[in-house]
Amino acid sequence: MRAPGKGRNYEIFWKTVFFIGLFITLFGLYWATQQVDYVWRWERIPNYFYYQDEININSDIEGSITAIKEQGNNAIVTVTGENHESEQYEVPADGLRVYEDDTVFVGDTIGVEREWKPGVILDGLFVTLKVSAIAIIFGILLGLFTGLARISQNPALKMSAITYIELIRGTPLLVQMFIWYFVLGTLINNMLDKYDIPQIPPLWFGIASLAIFAGAYVAEIVRAGIQSVHRGQMEAARSLGMSKYYAMKHIILPQAFRRILPPLAGQFISMIKDSSLLGVIAIRELTKGTREAVSTSLQPFELWFLCALLYLVLTFAFSMFVQYLEKRMVQR
Amino acid sequence: MIEVKNIYKTFYVPHEVQALSNVSHTVEKGQVVVVIGPSGSGKSTFLRCLNRLEYADSGHIFIDGVDILSPKTNINKIREEVGMVFQSFNLFPHKTVLENLTIAQTVVRKRTKKEAGEVAMELLKKVGIHDKAGVYPTQLSGGQQQRVAIARSLAMEPKVLLFDEPTSALDPEMVGEVLDVMKTVAKDGMTMVVVTHEMGFAREVADEVVFMDQGMLIEKGDPEHFFTNPESDRTKAFLSQIL
Repeated sequence: MRAPGKGRNYEIFWKTVFFIGLFITLFGLYWATQQVDYVWRWERIPNYFYYQDEININSDIEGSITAIKEQGNNAIVTVTGENHESEQYEVPADGLRVYEDDTVFVGDTIGVEREWKPGVILDGLFVTLKVSAIAIIFGILLGLFTGLARISQNPALKMSAITYIELIRGTPLLVQMFIWYFVLGTLINNMLDKYDIPQIPPLWFGIASLAIFAGAYVAEIVRAGIQSVHRGQMEAARSLGMSKYYAMKHIILPQAFRRILPPLAGQFISMIKDSSLLGVIAIRELTKGTREAVSTSLQPFELWFLCALLYLVLTFAFSMFVQYLEKRMVQR
Repeated sequence: MIEVKNIYKTFYVPHEVQALSNVSHTVEKGQVVVVIGPSGSGKSTFLRCLNRLEYADSGHIFIDGVDILSPKTNINKIREEVGMVFQSFNLFPHKTVLENLTIAQTVVRKRTKKEAGEVAMELLKKVGIHDKAGVYPTQLSGGQQQRVAIARSLAMEPKVLLFDEPTSALDPEMVGEVLDVMKTVAKDGMTMVVVTHEMGFAREVADEVVFMDQGMLIEKGDPEHFFTNPESDRTKAFLSQIL
């Protein structure tokens, strides 16, 4: 849309300014990397997503190759030792490393099996996705419950909600993660150990820290959403004989939910990004995966840009999804 | 049907106001009572006390013999029998007109969707909006919305219907259609308590007119007597201002 009262040239001029600025920034970055002799190797990056792992199939005995039989895509290799003992190995035909009559020693490679495996970054992305998805679900449930408790007349519920919200909002997430992992995690796992119940892996303490952190903010969003619904709605519902529970469920919450979707989306986008802190408690999510890849590949520029881009894809997809939900609800 | 005995109500927010002071009144079954008075006279508070949207500080309110101010009373059960129509309609904007009428029937009266739908369509026909059953309330005019709100209350088949200035938020040309619906409801024998400024309606439909001022019930009587020959000076002053 054109700015009111401005000519066509105004639009074109300032748009050009924007694109020139963008170009200068990108070029400047490239130029700077040239100055420090950084070699860009984007072609190596796909390896961190998916790579072909080679598994060596080694001989267990010393002897000679007495037979190689083709069987479909595989080859059956027979190794016979001095005392006529023999072993058979099945290896992929294209990974065969020996010929008939070769002599092999214990540990020599007869063939290699190739297997595609997700790389450290794809693994990390999956963990980030999983952690975020579970934390979002629990965050919403917790936030909804706490938000309702916050406006309840019951002093115990109300005070619990306030304590929880203030405690969580007033302390850094990083510190909360340390507490979950080193304090609560240790206590819980020691207790479980005492009663011979399997341990809880760190991943779940990470999810708990994120969900409980987000829950406090969601609670305030929910409270504001409920209070933004006109008082008359509750009165109308109650005057029809609906209990408080039914009025909330059928009348107030559906209306509140529509209003809290945008701030809720913002909160969870922020939470997806906060999951990058989980590396400090030994959860190998996207950021930690990237750090590991950087330390082995020495390609920090490409990898950190990639890492940022992947977060952007996640948050953007989430934001699109919420916009779709919003549109679907507002259509009425 | 409704028996109000010496109720008091004080509001402390935003500042202390004695909204009701020793109000007593009885409404018989099938009676239409119109409550009038200047703004701030406590008439809306009086009405809202009748279904406990406001909790009276002291006194007794009996609906069908049940004291609704007793903590043991299940107020939801009482409210099923006491419908209310609001000045600002308060229709549920996220539900269609039909759903507005069926939601309480299914949730509270435990009727099936089909039963509730039949009752709803019947009532929408009665208030003349059956062709708008599928639209959302915001697409209706004020007058139509208020007619839907009346139908919504009637769908619960209440014994009493309370009206809180039902025409005050309407454009003048829409007041008539709402009053017409109210007259039809009155003719069907509904017990009604109506807070309104529509003196024409009071004259035509009311069995009894009640005048309130400063939280007190000043005067009551049949409309003929009330409008032509009021006793209290305050009533006279009020009537001379509005008639």
